[in-house]
This record gives sequence, structure tokens and C-alpha cells, in this order.
Amino acid sequence: MSVNKDSIYNIVDEVVVKHNGDPSMLVAMLQDVQAQLYFLPRESIVRIAEKLDIPLTRVYSVATFFRAFSLKPRGKHNLKVCMGTACHVRGAEKVLDKIETELCVCAGETTKDMKYTIETANCVGACALGPVVVVDNEFVGQMTTDKVKTILEKCN
Amino acid sequence: MVTLTINGREFSGASGQTLLNIAQKAGIDIPTLCHSHAVSDYGACRVCLVEVEKRNRKRLVTACLYPIEEGLKVATDSERVIKVRKTIIELLLARAPDSNDIKELATKYGIEASRFRDVTETSNDNCILCGLCNRVCAEVVGVDAISLVNRGTRREVALPFYDETNDCIACGACSYICPTKAIQMKDTKEIRTMIWPNSKADFKMQQCESCGVHYAPVKQLEYIALKSGLSVSEFNNCPDCRH
Amino acid sequence: MVNIEMETCRLTDYADLESYRANLQAKKTENKVITICCGTGCLAYGASKIGQSFKDEIKNQGLEGTVSVKFTGCQGFCERGPLVVIRPENILYQRVKPEDVSRIVTETIRNDLILDDLLYTIPSTNEKVRCEEDVPFYKKQLRLVFGTNGYIDPTSLDDYIQAGGYQALNKVLSSMSPDEVVDEIKISGLRGRGGGGFATGAKWEITREAPGELKYVICNCDEGDPGAFMDRSLMEGNPHSIIEGMVIAAYAVGARQGYIYIRNEYPVALKNSEIAIKKAEEKGLLGKNILGTGFDFSIKISRGGGAFVCGESTALMASIEGRTGEPRANYIHTSEKGLWERPTLLNNVETLANIPLIINKGAEWFYGIGTGNSKGTKIFSLVGKVHNTGLIEVPMGITLREIIYEIGGGIPGGKKFKAVQTGGPSGGCLPEEKLDLSVDFDELSRAGSMMGSGAMIVMDEDNCMVDIARYFLSFLEEESCGKCVPCREGLKRMRQILDRIIEGKGQDEDIELLIDLSESLTMGALCGLGGSAGNPVLSTIRHFKDEYVAHIQEKRCPAGVCKPLIRYYIVEANCNGCSLCIKECPADAISFQGKKQPVKLDQDKCTKCGACYDICRLNAVEVK
Repeated sequence: MSVNKDSIYNIVDEVVVKHNGDPSMLVAMLQDVQAQLYFLPRESIVRIAEKLDIPLTRVYSVATFFRAFSLKPRGKHNLKVCMGTACHVRGAEKVLDKIETELCVCAGETTKDMKYTIETANCVGACALGPVVVVDNEFVGQMTTDKVKTILEKCN
Repeated sequence: MVTLTINGREFSGASGQTLLNIAQKAGIDIPTLCHSHAVSDYGACRVCLVEVEKRNRKRLVTACLYPIEEGLKVATDSERVIKVRKTIIELLLARAPDSNDIKELATKYGIEASRFRDVTETSNDNCILCGLCNRVCAEVVGVDAISLVNRGTRREVALPFYDETNDCIACGACSYICPTKAIQMKDTKEIRTMIWPNSKADFKMQQCESCGVHYAPVKQLEYIALKSGLSVSEFNNCPDCRH
Repeated sequence: MVNIEMETCRLTDYADLESYRANLQAKKTENKVITICCGTGCLAYGASKIGQSFKDEIKNQGLEGTVSVKFTGCQGFCERGPLVVIRPENILYQRVKPEDVSRIVTETIRNDLILDDLLYTIPSTNEKVRCEEDVPFYKKQLRLVFGTNGYIDPTSLDDYIQAGGYQALNKVLSSMSPDEVVDEIKISGLRGRGGGGFATGAKWEITREAPGELKYVICNCDEGDPGAFMDRSLMEGNPHSIIEGMVIAAYAVGARQGYIYIRNEYPVALKNSEIAIKKAEEKGLLGKNILGTGFDFSIKISRGGGAFVCGESTALMASIEGRTGEPRANYIHTSEKGLWERPTLLNNVETLANIPLIINKGAEWFYGIGTGNSKGTKIFSLVGKVHNTGLIEVPMGITLREIIYEIGGGIPGGKKFKAVQTGGPSGGCLPEEKLDLSVDFDELSRAGSMMGSGAMIVMDEDNCMVDIARYFLSFLEEESCGKCVPCREGLKRMRQILDRIIEGKGQDEDIELLIDLSESLTMGALCGLGGSAGNPVLSTIRHFKDEYVAHIQEKRCPAGVCKPLIRYYIVEANCNGCSLCIKECPADAISFQGKKQPVKLDQDKCTKCGACYDICRLNAVEVK
């Protein structure tokens, strides 16, 4: 996805205002920006630092520390494979393997056509349903390798 | 005044001082890597671990951060301290096997080779992520040009986006303070090249109006001018030609 | 659903709240309530669609006003979702589908007839169970904190007040001094439910006594332990109980500002707590001049960014301050120097949810539940290889066997129990010999595991303990902040050693190396994450050393999990050549040999993905 600089600035500026320009709300601001842009383009990080008058290194460190943030564009659909313990003991690895094989990309990557991004999570808190895959915010429980094709086909 | 014992000997110091302060003053050897009197303490390298005993409970703490307490019993070289310290040094040696400083420290503790480094491993940038460079940059120089980025085992010292040099003044403080010489600085007349483990950038050097020698990075002089309120033209001459 | 907050006016004193409550209770008109569990599990099974159908059906059948439909938070029995409970009879219908809705309304609601096919069946006896409380899963539980979830709509303050909410706050503000509140919590014996098990009353006392005008109360809802989701369910299902606990805590320690730190992965918890804060403020139960007493306390929500280490107090506080979630040495406790260097009380969600209960029923009553040094109940998430997965609340002291076999219904598929992992990545794996261990803080630690936040992951004979140890290490390696050497470098090296063991390249000295590194981590790491990171390795070595030995010496994975050490085989006698596996195999390793002929598996091409094993309905694929 490409967004022009001005609209990134607009989005950042609004978010900063919403949080009263309070640097302690940095994590929330980055989340709000990402919610609109699906990732954090370089311009957005630079702009936040300028607007809050804090070092760019601080924003960049925070943005690269937390898993919730992506500095790379993400695909249209997000497949989050839960790798929590409950999912692991019920075969999450196999499910992830299958999704990776089907889409020919590894976890953390986006398909060339920008349709899917595969991510892993270290527990999404739906442990009773394991293995769980969160497809665009929808929880699919008791996943098996043979369900993978169906969930991919459903994404359109 | 607070009184405590270190290795059975009694010492006293002002409240607020750390165990390391007291030990260093007394000439007791505690190794450090991420400590410098120039910057705030961080407690990351863990080689300054010492054993403290309080209410009959013993535990290992970092001497650089632990504030002295009345009646505290400290051992700087107990069996546990040495064992854990050696493992930590071994881990550092596995990470930075070519660093002379780490090798020296290892030799001092009788470590010949690290049991943890795989023979097939190639990665080696000597950086032990002690965080001295970014602290000196932020706290002493005041520019915040580099920082520790990413998390966990992927953590690195880098410029923002690995290439954003806007804030760096090429002063080289990070290179001087680095305990493992992982940050290099190369001057070739007009250009100073800063080489961090994951980023590299060139900076223009100021040429002396009188003798033509390149004597300091332009951005550093501009920064000093800005901070001190002096005019940039004050820096037109090198120190020798100013007289 | 008829759910209009009665009045929006503020409650200005104690009597006001009580008369408001009396009013709510008197006004109750409906004679039946259909509660639909909307916990994550049930939602994933389509609970919201079912809820909507109920609403439509009630309307179509003209029952509005006499029957209400209530969306509640998680009720716990996730395995059998979507759950529908008809109250006041507490008839439990499980695995409800949208097409069942109209008959439930017609038969059960209108005609009081029970639909047998929707009831829970006890597998061993085939007996159908009618009421929620008679289902074996619930029978042994003591749902003091979590039970309310099933009765209230988390977005309705009136529901909470009607169920007795904010009574404890009323009691505290009207008749107790802050010191008395601290004493009450100390007497109750409550210990932190987040992992550390620190005495809650003592923590409150330190914060109360710490000098400083400005103090903070933080609720830790950064539930990062994989396998645990009780904090999520409480925050989603009963946020007011946590807010009430926080206000009481703030009154006791003298704080005026609070934070709820919620992890990024919990959007519903975020939403429901926001609604709850707003409603509590409107009613004068939070914010300025609470219940007209002049006491001020407000709460802000802080969102986590997805970092397990932020469950650690100093890292969490750094994150609230807008910095990277890096722990710092806390030689001076955060109770004295925490958020922005001010005295800060940090309590976990479940701990805070216990507070109103203790105040209402008294410290002695609470002290009477549980064992020696572990009082009250604990919520566990019972997950993994067990029949009845879900959230359970049990008194401290119950045995692991009771939990796994009586509440959990045992191990599915006729498999053999191998281990139960408690305490998350900081905990350990307990073998069969420990099943009669009574579950409390001290007993679990003595056995080499810990209470942690209450994850209980059951493993069967198909789980490899070396693989589990490696799993936790790679989890921790990814979640380590990377600041201190023993954690960052030590975890990496331990994971590498386990990698080579799993690849069949393990050496005899590897176990020693793992123990050595684990101990250095325990003693030398900066924070709790690193300090306990060796536990999964140490506990698996302690209880399952034979599996390590099999991997290292015999180059064999007894559980058939570790890819480099296993092979898939076609059991020719069972295979009828149906070709399902051929279609599924991503590596083209299986070939058709003719109708009714067993297929052939080419070991050189096989990537050991296990797809054939999963798809085969004839048990014709085996792993060794």
C-alpha cells in the first residue's frame, strides 16, 4: 500500500492531538497510526518524533521493540497463527507449516501479491480452542492442516 | 554514613552510593563492561555481579546499581559469583570472540574457549550491546543519534532506520566509550566515516581557513556553536591557527 | 435486550447507592433470562449469531419484557461452546446452533420442556445433565470470583450493581479507615495472582507507608503467559469488579491516579473496560468526589504493544511512560519508586477482583478457604490434552488429579497422561507421580514448578518433553527484551543446544551445559523473565531425563514429535488406497499403486509435515 506523505502527516497529527501530545502515550499513538495505515511508514515515525519533540531514536526503538508494530507494509488479509503452549501441544507448528507451504512465504512475511501476511502470536488467549488461527480478527479454533485451504479460500 | 562489610572488611560510605563506588574506592577489583562514571548505570552486562546477604538470604546483585545498606554483607568473589560471572564471560566470548578486551577478561578467569560458540558460526561484530554508546550519545553529547533497536536476540545498536544520520554530529564519543571497539571511526581528510555494527555514514570535516587541515566534523562544530551560542565563524580555524 | 440504565444521575452518598440498588432489584420484571456466553471461545463458535437469533425470536414470539437475552462474558466451559444458560433454573444448553434457537424459545421458554439433545452428556455414564451446577466440570469448582461472569452483561453497570456491585466500596468509604482496609487484606492472606505470589496486604502497606504525595495504582492486564486467559475473561466479563478493587486499593494506599495496562491482543477487554470506566464515572463511583466522600481517583487505560516482558513490573511501567518495555533493576521496590519514580501499587486483574469479595464477606471468611499459606480460590485455564478445556475456579489445595480427571474429564482419545505444565514459561512440567500434589503456591514451587498466573496445560504421551522445553526457550528468546547478557545470550545458546539435541546431534555433555546455563540465568539475570527462564528446562530434565537421553544417545524421539528423528510409515494392512493423503501431501512423496492397493511413501521426498497422518481416516499412517 502506498500512501502519500501529506496524508500520513494528517493521520499522525490527528492522533497526536487526540492524545494531547503526551509523549507517555507513544505506544497508543503508534497503535492508532497503524490502525489506519496497517503499518508504520518511515514518515509516520519521523513525524511523531517531530510532533512530540522527542528524539527519533526513542520512537524508532519503541516501534521496533513491540511486536504489535510492523514497519513493513502488510497484506490485505492477516493470518495470525497462535503459538501459545496450549496450541503448541495440539499441533500449532503443523498448522503454521501448512499455511507457509500453501502461501510460499514464511511467518512474518507478506505474499508478493500483497494478499496475505502470516504472523505468529505467542498466545492470543483463546487457549481452550487450540490450535487457533486468527484470520482478520476472527478466531478459528481447533485448526487442523486440512482446514487450511478452506480458511485461505474464504479470504476474499 | 552507612557501614557495610565487603569480603569481611568493614567499609562506610554516604547513603545513595553503590557497592561499586565503595569497592572501587577501596581498590577491590570488580570487572565492569557497561559501567562508566560518565553515564547512568544500566545493569546489562552483569559481570559486576556480587553476592549480598540480608536477613540470612543471599542473592546476586549488580554492584553498579545496588545502593549500599547498613549492615549489608557483600562478597565479591564467592563461589557462586565466580561461577555465574564465568558463564557470563563465556557467553560474551561466544558472541565477540575477536574482541581483545573480552579475550583478556576471559583469560583472567581461566577461560580458554567458550563452550557455547558453534564452530560453524560466522557472525561477529564485537558488539556486546552494553548500551554505553547510546547512553553517552544521549546523556553526555545530548543528540540521541543512535539507540538500541529491536528486541531480544535481534537487538542491535543502530541509527534510526539504520541510515538516518540527521542527529549524528560524528563526534565519535560512542566509538571512544565502546569497551569492545565495535564502533569504528575513520578520518580521511575531508571525510569522517562512522562505522557502527549495523550502519555506516560519512560526515564532512571542517577545513581550517588558514592552514587547510581538516580538523573536526562540520556538524559537531555547528552543534557546539548552537549549544554555546558562539558564531559558526569562530570555528573557521583549527586550534593551532587560532593563536 | 432491554437494558436501559435507569438513571444517569450521579450517586452522591452511601444511602444513594443502596436505594439505587434496591430500586433496580424491585424493577426487575422479566421472569426468565437467557444468557449467552460471549467469551472468545463461544464467539469463535458463532455465539453472536445465536444471540441475535434469540433476540429476533423473543420479539417474533412476543415475549419481550418477560424474557430477556443477556450477552455475558466467558462462563468457562469453552470446550462445549456456544453455551446458553436459561436462568433462574440454570438450564445449560451446550454446542447450541442457530437452528436450535427457535425450539429453545418455543419449548423451554414457553413450555418449560427440556431439550435433551442440547444437554451435556457425561461421557462415562451417558447421563444427561440438566443444570449448570450439576455438570461435573462445574461441580468441583468454587466460583467466587469468576461465577458472576455468567450472570451479568459486562457493559451494564446496573447489572453489576444489582448483583451487589460496589457494596464493598460503599463499606470501605463509609466505615473503614485506609489502615483498616490494609489490615483486612493482610488478615485475609491474599497473595498476588499474577505470578509472584507476593502477599497483597504487605504490598499495599509498603505503598501506603512510602513517602510521597503522588501515588499510583496499576492493574496488570498484560496476561502474556501462553495458555492463560483468566485475566482476559475477567476484564471482558466483569470489568467493574476490577475497577471496584482498584478504587478500594487506591483509597487504602492513598493514590489518586490509576492505570489499567491491557495487552494489545485483547480488544474486547479494552472496549469493555473503557465502557465500565465511563459508566462508573457518570455514576460517581470513579473520578472526582467518589460517592460524595471527597475522595478522588481516576483510571486511564494504557495499551500494551505486544511484549511478554511487559508483565514484569518495571517493564510495564516503562511502557506506560511511553518507552521501550525494558525492565530495570528493582533493588528499590516499585512500591516505593515505581511509575515516574513515585510509589506505585501494581496488582494483577484476578487479585483485584478478589478485593470486593474479601471486603464484603470479611477477611476471616476468606482466610478459611484454601491451605496454609495459600488462601482463597484460584482461576486456572485448563487446556491442552484434556476433555473439558476451559476456565475453572477452585479452592487452593485441590489436587492436580481432581482438576485434570474430575473437572477436566481426563485425557481424550484413550491416550496416556504425561505431564501438566503449570506457571507458564516460568513454571515447570509435572509428571504423573505429582498428580496428587495439592495445588497451592508452596507445593507447586516445591515440586519445581510454580503457580504463575494459572495456566495449566495438560500433555499426553504424544508430546515430547524435549520439544516442550525447546518450545518455551524459543518463546522466551523471542520475548526477552535483550537487555542483559545471561538472558539474551544464555537463552539463545540454550535454544541452540536443544535444537541440536532435537536434530539428533546432541552430545553427552549437553544436559550439563543446559543445567549450567539455567542456573546462571536464575542467579544472574536482571528480571523475573530471565530469572525463571531456566525452569522449563530444569523441570523437564528433572522429571523426564530419559527422554533427553533417548534423543542424545539413541537419536530417537519416543513421542514421535521431533522431525529429524522420526519417520512416517504406511501401515499397508490398513490402507485401501483411497488417495486422500496423496492429494494432501505437499511434497509429492506418496504415490498411488492401484485401486485397493496400499499407497507408497517415498522417505527421501517426505518432509515429515504430518499432513498424511492428520488426514488419514483409516489409521494407515504411523509415526515412529
